[in-house]
Amino acid sequence: MNSGMNAHMNSGSGETLVASRDLRRVFDVSSPWLERVLSGEKKRLLRAVDGVSFEIRKGETFALVGESGSGKSTVAKLVVGLLPPSGGDVTFEGIAKGRQPEAGSVQMIFQDPYASLNPRWRVRDIIAEPMSALNRPADPAARAARVGELLTLVGLSPLDGEKFPHQFSGGQRQRIAIARALSSEPAFIVCDEPTSALDVSVQAQILNLMRDLQEKLGLTYLFISHNLAVVRHMAHRIGVMYLGRLVEVQETEALFENPQHPYTRLLIDAVPDLADIGRDRVPVQGEVPSPINPPSGCTFHPRCPLVTDICKAQAPAFDGRTACHHAGKAFA
Amino acid sequence: MQNPSPTPTGEAAPSPSRWARFLDSDLFFAFKTSPVAIASFILSVVMIAAALLAPLLATQDPFNPAVLNLMEGLTPPGVTNEFTNKSFLFGTDPQGRDMYSAVLYGTRVSLLVGAASVVFSAGLGVVLGLMAGYLGGKTEALIMRIADIQLSFPAILIALLVFGVARGIIPPAQQEEATLILLILAIGLSNWAQYARTVRGSTLIEKNKEYVQAARVIGRSPFLIMLKHILPNVMGPVTVIATINLALAIIEEATLSFLGVGMPPTQPSLGTLIRIGQQFLFSGEWWILFFPAITLIILALAINLLGDWLRDALNPRLQ
Amino acid sequence: MTKNNNASGPVLSVSDLSLEFVTRRGVLKALDRVSFDIARGEVLGVVGESGAGKSLTGSAIIGLIEKPGRLSGGEVRLNGERIDNLSPEAMRKIRGRKIGMIFQDPLTSLNPLFRVGDQIAETVMAHMNVSRAEARARALALLTEVGIPAPESRIDAYPHEFSGGMRQRVVISLALAAEPDLIIADEPTTALDVSVQAQIITLLKRLCRERGTSVMLITHDMGVIAETADRVAVMYAGRVAEIGPVADVIRNPQHPYAAGLMGAIPALKKNVGRLAQISGSMPRLNAIPPGCAFRPRCPKAFDRCAAERPDLMQAGKSRAACWLVDQGVPA
Repeated sequence: MNSGMNAHMNSGSGETLVASRDLRRVFDVSSPWLERVLSGEKKRLLRAVDGVSFEIRKGETFALVGESGSGKSTVAKLVVGLLPPSGGDVTFEGIAKGRQPEAGSVQMIFQDPYASLNPRWRVRDIIAEPMSALNRPADPAARAARVGELLTLVGLSPLDGEKFPHQFSGGQRQRIAIARALSSEPAFIVCDEPTSALDVSVQAQILNLMRDLQEKLGLTYLFISHNLAVVRHMAHRIGVMYLGRLVEVQETEALFENPQHPYTRLLIDAVPDLADIGRDRVPVQGEVPSPINPPSGCTFHPRCPLVTDICKAQAPAFDGRTACHHAGKAFA
Repeated sequence: MQNPSPTPTGEAAPSPSRWARFLDSDLFFAFKTSPVAIASFILSVVMIAAALLAPLLATQDPFNPAVLNLMEGLTPPGVTNEFTNKSFLFGTDPQGRDMYSAVLYGTRVSLLVGAASVVFSAGLGVVLGLMAGYLGGKTEALIMRIADIQLSFPAILIALLVFGVARGIIPPAQQEEATLILLILAIGLSNWAQYARTVRGSTLIEKNKEYVQAARVIGRSPFLIMLKHILPNVMGPVTVIATINLALAIIEEATLSFLGVGMPPTQPSLGTLIRIGQQFLFSGEWWILFFPAITLIILALAINLLGDWLRDALNPRLQ
Repeated sequence: MTKNNNASGPVLSVSDLSLEFVTRRGVLKALDRVSFDIARGEVLGVVGESGAGKSLTGSAIIGLIEKPGRLSGGEVRLNGERIDNLSPEAMRKIRGRKIGMIFQDPLTSLNPLFRVGDQIAETVMAHMNVSRAEARARALALLTEVGIPAPESRIDAYPHEFSGGMRQRVVISLALAAEPDLIIADEPTTALDVSVQAQIITLLKRLCRERGTSVMLITHDMGVIAETADRVAVMYAGRVAEIGPVADVIRNPQHPYAAGLMGAIPALKKNVGRLAQISGSMPRLNAIPPGCAFRPRCPKAFDRCAAERPDLMQAGKSRAACWLVDQGVPA
């Protein structure tokens, strides 16, 4: 297989496959009605995703990265339709606004390979489920043959189809989950933290496999992760999320070389890296505030070293690259 | 500590059969090492087998008046009857009915009513619990409020109510034939709420697991997700409740029959036999009451102990 | 305060520590002759994948092994004195007083029903001869030191009133309360966001450096080790595969497993293209192969690896349990 980063980095044809426009999702996290009425409490709303717009090009990996509470996993669920949006929409290439794409053309890979496979099912039935749901291919023998091919494709043996999920390690289970996602021949796969439950050596196997499959099958990925190093390794373009909003979107190399938003810079600096042996540093202050009651204006302002009055008063608009009143300015 | 990895793939040892996997399971190991479990299991199996094989094991058909001999009436257990020179293990009742045979057939009726009502209430409770847990919203509110209300009344009261109402609807001519079915429905309806509650709880946990989300992304219908994904994963606790409830249902049936609203004397259950027997207790014919009663106690106790053990054995390592 | 009786020796010395689990399917060796020392003021990183035995090593040292696990050999010395054979009562005194502990989930170390200040003061009083007022003053000083904002008011708050990062700071102050010689930190930052993780690591490093406290830092995150540790032990299948100065192990690993592990980690500072990968995964405890446990996954295995188990051998500044080292071939 043609490895090396050039081949990888050049994929992405430029056509937009998936577009999210002003996507919003609000969760009602109030106490139960009666309790709320009795205690005179107001409704509490959590804006998990608050106006997120991005485009994903055909054949590329677009990553969303952020800390807990950033809303990145909610975006993943909105894109695959596991949650209905409270506002905005997700459109797929050639499909009218508000309509879902053809069944099976969008798939998802989940975080926890111990929870994402039904423990009572044999692996062959798990992998064949998308095919039987779509009845494609209609012939059960053809489906069985395809299960064998898929198992081989993800690095397992066709004989493994007879086994149950508990007979596999975490990495092998994630391979099974990938085989299931591929069985309906999707064009687009949403990967929600696909390796964060795995050990590093296994993570490397899965990341390599996902890149190989992308090259071989021309897949488009939406890759959700909290791990900047993994995202750098996998993505062509990266969106950085903070408290339900996109604060920066850039090509991967540009993002790491020339981060525009102060949060992106602090995030990159916070990740401990093998190259930083014995490094001492001044970490970002504070923690991610609660999304139920986010700060005014730019939600990052309480932690931002560049903060000025305008940041507290007015939320910065997204200019196609970043959303910051002081984008690109050097830290004092 | 987490389990590291299994055998490398490719060698693909064929998956062991269900039976072999069961013999190697923690559950079977716990069973093997628990004397109470083994004893209650053997006792239950023996009694169930005896009930099923009643026509073979009984010395007579206790419901066929033609075979009864009044001369043999009220023969004490183990005593040779002075007229016919026959002796009876459990004695006889005033009609000369062999109590041993009557207890066998009575156990059969009790178990039939118990098992059928458990199947009915478990089926109803599981379906409603799944719907409440998976669909949520108003469906859930409605189902669970009904369950709450019902659970606040004793099961026997509900069963009496259902039985009474049903008797009022059915024409008297068919009442006796319908009694068996009515009892099953009445006892079943009085017990579904417990299943519904448990299944709803397990469903709420399962439906947020990623394998259910994966099925939703694939586009599976809620019905298929409930049936093929969630149901197999919530059956563990249901099995436990069903076992314990079998004992309770048998006792509930016995209570109803004892009160005279259950099985008629022409088709007696253990409860009916006890009701008949207690009339003779003070005139010295103790065996007519004693053998049905002790059978009921042992049967209920054995099944209950088995259910208790099963709950303990499954609980800590359910997942 | 008498800190120790042999200032020159290591604070902690673990030699040939073995731990097994007795199950109905047989005896499983979870730790197999694990040996390492931690010098005074040193931070030793212990890294490995899940199931490697890194957390168990920590639990074994502080005597928190639960049935069906049992120590089956070796010894643990703290300041030169054996502690692996102490009574549970004596061990309890050592925990907290001589060895402080920090776990992944701060809530397991904090009692939800007590105010944090009282919990710290309690620990101080249990191990040091001070009055209640002094203990409270010390608790306040500790909370200030670990960077709790407005400690005068927060000292009377309950654990649930703190955020995840602040809670872990409280746990650190609790671990430091009795001025222990050693802190065992088991995945202290795994549950935290990266920006908070950076704060906690910086704090832990600073405090231990100031006090000369030794740290055994158990984590799966090699980046955290690189930044924090002086030396690192790489564990695999219940054994130490390689141990040495952190820079040497990262830049010039001797054991093929350590080499594979370093190559498998995606780097932040550059795009490495394809990641190095080790095929397969760590064996289950009931299927550890004879000889070298890594042999089935090792690209450089040869006959001797299957026959004999390698012990730690000097290889440059590190020590590695690999027969390649014996032959003078770098991994």
